[in-house]
Amino acid sequence: MAGAAVAPASPVTSQQAPWEAVIGLETHVQLGTASKIFTSASTAFGDAPNTHIDPVVCGLPGTLPVLNQKVLEYAVKAALALNLHIAEHSKFDRKQYFYPDLPKNYQISQFDEPIAEDGWIEVEVAEKGKQTYLKRIGIERLHMEEDAGKLVHAGSDRLDGSTHSLVDYNRAGVALAEIVSKPDLRTGREAAEYASEIRRIMRYLGVSDGNMQEGSLRCDVNISVRRGPDAPFGTKVEIKNMNSFSAIQKAIDYEIQRQIKAYEAGEPVRQETRLWDESKQLTKSMRGKEGASDYRYFPDPDLGPIEVSDAQREGWRAELPELPAAKRHRYAEQLGLSIYDARVLTDERSMAEYFEAAVAAGADAKGIANWVTGDIAAYVNANRLAIAELPLKPEQLAELVQLIEGGIISGKIAKEILPELLEQGGSAKAIVAERGLGMISDPAAIAAIVEELLAAHPEEVAAFRSGKNKLQGFFVGQLMKKTGGKADPKLANQILIEKLNG
Amino acid sequence: MSKITADDVRKVAKLARLDLPEAKIATYTGQLERILDYVAHLETVDTEGVPATTRAVEVVNVCREDLVTPTDVREELLNEAPQREGDFIRVPKIVAS
Repeated sequence: MAGAAVAPASPVTSQQAPWEAVIGLETHVQLGTASKIFTSASTAFGDAPNTHIDPVVCGLPGTLPVLNQKVLEYAVKAALALNLHIAEHSKFDRKQYFYPDLPKNYQISQFDEPIAEDGWIEVEVAEKGKQTYLKRIGIERLHMEEDAGKLVHAGSDRLDGSTHSLVDYNRAGVALAEIVSKPDLRTGREAAEYASEIRRIMRYLGVSDGNMQEGSLRCDVNISVRRGPDAPFGTKVEIKNMNSFSAIQKAIDYEIQRQIKAYEAGEPVRQETRLWDESKQLTKSMRGKEGASDYRYFPDPDLGPIEVSDAQREGWRAELPELPAAKRHRYAEQLGLSIYDARVLTDERSMAEYFEAAVAAGADAKGIANWVTGDIAAYVNANRLAIAELPLKPEQLAELVQLIEGGIISGKIAKEILPELLEQGGSAKAIVAERGLGMISDPAAIAAIVEELLAAHPEEVAAFRSGKNKLQGFFVGQLMKKTGGKADPKLANQILIEKLNG
Repeated sequence: MSKITADDVRKVAKLARLDLPEAKIATYTGQLERILDYVAHLETVDTEGVPATTRAVEVVNVCREDLVTPTDVREELLNEAPQREGDFIRVPKIVAS
């Protein structure tokens, strides 16, 4: 109720227990539909202000919102991927508040009957210098709602001190899925990994581009600290305004320390909303929350309830792709890849699919993984290419890797012909045959070359034989030079040592 | 029967951004109480075992295809705003409530 500021119980029960942070995330994901959630205005980003408005967006009297079928499909698919239970019966409510970014003075959202509740995702928490671990993070709910417009504050770069504001309703009415985590997160790193896994899942599903710079994915953090897992929760503080995963991590780690210091100094932690200031690397108070909002939710009479049948739900479930966590497990357990390789390969669905297509073409998974996470990823990033557009097709990469595995060419030769393959694609086998790049693995041929080499460098041979072992490297170099890198390295070394030792 | 207090009326007025003179509070307290008493007649109906409904006509899953249909009313809508500034709608300085 408004004005009822409740003094929280002190989170300090035992001086011995170490501080622990309790963190929950609210993630807003813009669903990538062509039209808005309740009207056929476009959701295109970056157009002139107020290009995509219509009477429904502006909330004119007499207009009727109608739910976009695709929004429901995307929300249910997102919910299924987050292991949430889909509600048999769900409805839309009006959340009332006055703010100029909200043309109707209420936001159509879902209050007590969200489309989905009670799920979880598995998050892999990896940090430099620390052991990577898996953690299951609970998800409270997912609901559908409409986005608000955008405000530009004039006369100042922030609200304080502005003389007036300018409103752009292009974003108003764009479909959002709000995903609320359980308070299962304990560190900034865990929160950042959770948010990035949500983004990864949404991108795998194709329901959102997850672009944080354009605001397609936004996170609000709730955070409090307490002395050990049995102590009561401390005062909850909300942080907003983080537009990268690293900002989420840094804002939380900063805020944990700020709250601990306050409690230890005997100062109160206020219930408030704080903003992350990226340039100063700190959180600062935006507004107090004592006069708790009273949104007076009630069912929206314009919108009928939603009932997802078992058949509809299972139909959508059958369309889900294999998700990143499942891929990570499969790559590690069935393909024998390292946790690191599995993580890098599955970060983007397109890269995982490229990798899988190459493995399916019959080459060794580890060999393919090395090329994809190394030279190919570097080339794709440097040239800002989508991996699916890469001229070198997965089957062609598999062919190259098979040539190395089969001892037909050396790794060195493979590296040499790779730039051409990346730019134009083509058959590695054909290039190797055409240019005679195949490995020399006939012992007699190598022996003949070694003999020639030793005859040409009598002084070095003498020096080697008198104990200068280091000269072996010189001979290997000369041999590779003479053969254009094509000598089978193992065999060449073996024959060289035999002959050198006379 | 219903218990509406003067404070309830002040709160509702504030939430609705109504500037209610103190002298009118008693009037509206009485009127709101009569309205609630009237609606309270519904409570005499036995609804035991009847699922709650939020609407008179039971329709479910009313949806539309995800299609963009441009309208040509942008200028008209922008001109309807109390203040327009170029492509934007201009609003007064925002103050925290």
